[in-house]
Parts: sequence; structure tokens; C-alpha cells
Amino acid sequence: MNFADNKPLRFARQYKLQWEPAQESYVLLYPEGLVKLAGSAGEILKRVDGNATALDIVASLETAFPGADLRQDVLDFLAHTCAKGWINHE
Amino acid sequence: MSDAGKTGIAGPLWVNAEITYQCPLHCVFCYNPLDYASTLGKELSTDEWIRALREARELGAVQLGISGGEPLMRDDVEMIVAEASRLGYYVNLLTSGIGLTEKRIAAFKAGGLDQIQLSFQDSTRELNDFLSSTKTFELKLKVAKLIKQYDYPMVLNVVLHRQNIDHIEQILQMAESMQADHVELANSQYYAWAFKNREYLMPSREQLEKAEAVCNQFRERLGNKMKLYFVVPDYYADRPKACMNGWGSVFLNIAPDGLALPCHEARMLPGLQFPNVREHDVRSIWFDSPAFNVYRGNSWMPEPCRSCDEKEKDFGGCRCQAFMLTGDAANTDPVCSKSPKHHLITDQVALAQRLNVRQQEVKPLIVFRDDSNSRRLARD
Repeated sequence: MNFADNKPLRFARQYKLQWEPAQESYVLLYPEGLVKLAGSAGEILKRVDGNATALDIVASLETAFPGADLRQDVLDFLAHTCAKGWINHE
Repeated sequence: MSDAGKTGIAGPLWVNAEITYQCPLHCVFCYNPLDYASTLGKELSTDEWIRALREARELGAVQLGISGGEPLMRDDVEMIVAEASRLGYYVNLLTSGIGLTEKRIAAFKAGGLDQIQLSFQDSTRELNDFLSSTKTFELKLKVAKLIKQYDYPMVLNVVLHRQNIDHIEQILQMAESMQADHVELANSQYYAWAFKNREYLMPSREQLEKAEAVCNQFRERLGNKMKLYFVVPDYYADRPKACMNGWGSVFLNIAPDGLALPCHEARMLPGLQFPNVREHDVRSIWFDSPAFNVYRGNSWMPEPCRSCDEKEKDFGGCRCQAFMLTGDAANTDPVCSKSPKHHLITDQVALAQRLNVRQQEVKPLIVFRDDSNSRRLARD
């Protein structure tokens, strides 16, 4: 899957992200598996909504966490999850 | 404060709801308990299932398998699926496809079912019917189409063994023509009915190597279009599997009669009083019951596990396999080459290289999974 930072991102078919109080973290669910996401991964992926692009997500995170230089880490992470097949473009 | 904080034990993540052991098939490799017939007539009601699932969900369980037997033998699967989905589970249905009509799949879709895993016995009709002892093959092809039509990925589970593994090319051609997205080709594991029929099910090394080579050809040609998973019998390994990721660690199995178990097979272990969800809530079962604590962590381990630097990796293997083969569930799984009983595995593997039982000669010898055999074996 080719990753573009200016196209909307969505979860791949059958991938679901949800907040789990018992785990105190976001969990990504897919057929017969799950990934417990570290805090920063959860913050990034909860912004994947079918409309936001990778650059939108960077902007949103920079607003939420002012002063942090996140851009490259966030883009790398999104490209990585795209390559893993968790998220994709329309 | 989370449960992990209070007790040092995390809650279950994965629930397998074996809602019934009724099944129209009679597969010789079935992993349901030999005495499954004892649960017939004692199955949990719809409300009891929903209550147990709610209690497990409160502890943080997120993945749910609805299996059996053939789960579709019950007419309340739709209600259980819808309620489980509402509770926030990722809901997987594991079915042979028998009983999956368009009406039912539409109801599952509406209720939020996330995934369907369809099991197939073999690609050639004759062998399929022989292995499952019923005429089901064409019906499964029909079901596969329905699954696609309702926009579910086609997830195929094919149990491989000595009698069908040489047909792997036809099996994969069939999977390809069904537009399968994922195909799990898992050799049967030797528990319960499959253990009874082990000599007839265990492939030779040559069979495994040939099958894996064919599998790799399909992988190269199809890439991600059809993902293939090939699982060899653990008897061919020299380290045990990390069974259930550790006893009472992530997995909770609930049997049709409500018995709560740390795996599909633990019912067979003597001396353990497994709690029932009818009488206890899932929280106390998971955290407090002696049965769920007995093989947690590693303080129970004898040598060679106790001093092994891999004990955190494989947890000493499978308790049920240790019991079946050595008579003591606390022993090291004999699959491990460090086990003093490893010869029990290598002897069996050696036998698999010699045996040459042809299909026609097998039928009178094998034990089919059915109610009368189950009652007989429970008496023995």
C-alpha cells in the first residue's frame, strides 16, 4: 500500500480501534487478534477517521501537544501502519 | 485501579464461547472432549451466555470466538452475536457453514458480527465426505459465496493430516477459486478425537515438506491476495508451543455446560475442579479459582523447565499434552527436546515415517466423533 501524507486515511476493512478501560489503552482489533497500543500510538490512530490526512493528524497532534516536534515520528508511524495493512487510503 | 494493579494478574483478553457440542459432522480430528455427550441437555441458556460474556467483558476481554461443535445448531446465535457486539466484543463465528442460510447471515451482519471463519475438510468431495462422514461439500461452496456476498472476507480453515495433506494443491486451487482472503492450513493437533486417531492423522516428514513446497508456490504467485498460513504438527518441533500464551494468561474457554476452562482441552485434566459460570461470576473464576491459578506463572514448574532460560517464552508448553503423554500435567511438555520423556514424541514421529495405511483400510479402524462413541468413551 502506497502511503501519501495528503490523502484521507481510514482503517482497513475489519480493523477496529477502541478505548479499553480495563487495559487503560486503545486496542486495535482485527480477525482473531488484537494489539494493545502504547499511549502515543493510540493518540495518533484515534485521529484516523476516514477524513483526516496524515498532515491533518500531525496538525491536530501539534495543537494537542504544543511545543513537541512530532511531524516526522507521526508520518513514519502512519506509513508503517499503512505498510502493515492496518490503515489505508480510499 | 485496574485488576492487574490489585492482583498482579491481568484479566482475560480472549473468550471462546463453545455454545454447543452438537454437530452435524463427525470429524475424526475433532478437538472437542471425548465425553462431550455429557454436556448435551445441560447447555447454558441465552441469558446465561449473555451474562457470562458481560462479566468477561467487564474484565477487559475484547475478542470473542463463537464456536462449538457447530454453533449454528443453536437458534439463538443471532441474539448472542448482537448482544456481544453491543458489549464491544470483536465477534468471530467459527462454523462448518452447515446451517448458514442467507437469512441467518443477514441477521449476523445486522447484529454486528465481525468475522466468519469457515472450516473445510478437504477439496475432493469424496475425501471431504469421508473425513467428515457426511455430504457437505457442495453446501460449503454455497456458503462461501454467501460470505462474500455479505462483504465478509473469506477466511478458510482447512485441517490437514496424513489422509488429505497430499491433496494440498487441489485444496489451494479450491481456495483460490472461492476467492479466499486468508487460508489457514493447520495440521491437526493431537487432542481428544485426534489423539485417538493419531496414527492415522500424523503426516510423514516427506508429506509435510512436499505440502509446504506447494504452499510456497501459491504464496509466491498470489502474494497478499490470498494469505496462507501453514502450521506443522508440534510433534515435529523440538521446542513446545507457548500454549494459550500461558495458563490463565489471556484465554478463557467456556464450554456448552458452563464449565470455565483455561483452554479447549483442560476438562480432561484430573484433580482440578473447574468452576462453572452458572455458579460463579467470571471475575472470581479468573482471579480466585484454584484451577485458574494452578499453572499460572512459573512457581509450579519442575525441572527441566524451572531452570530453563526459555520458560518465559513457552511456559513449559501444553499442560494437556504433558498429561496425555506423561500422566502428569505439571511435567514439561514432551515436545521439548529437554524433556526426559521426549522419546514419546520422537517414537511417534518415527512411526509416522513407517505407517502406510491406505484410505480404504482406515475407515474401519478410526473413531468417528459421534454421540454413541462419546458415551462409550465416557464409560471406559
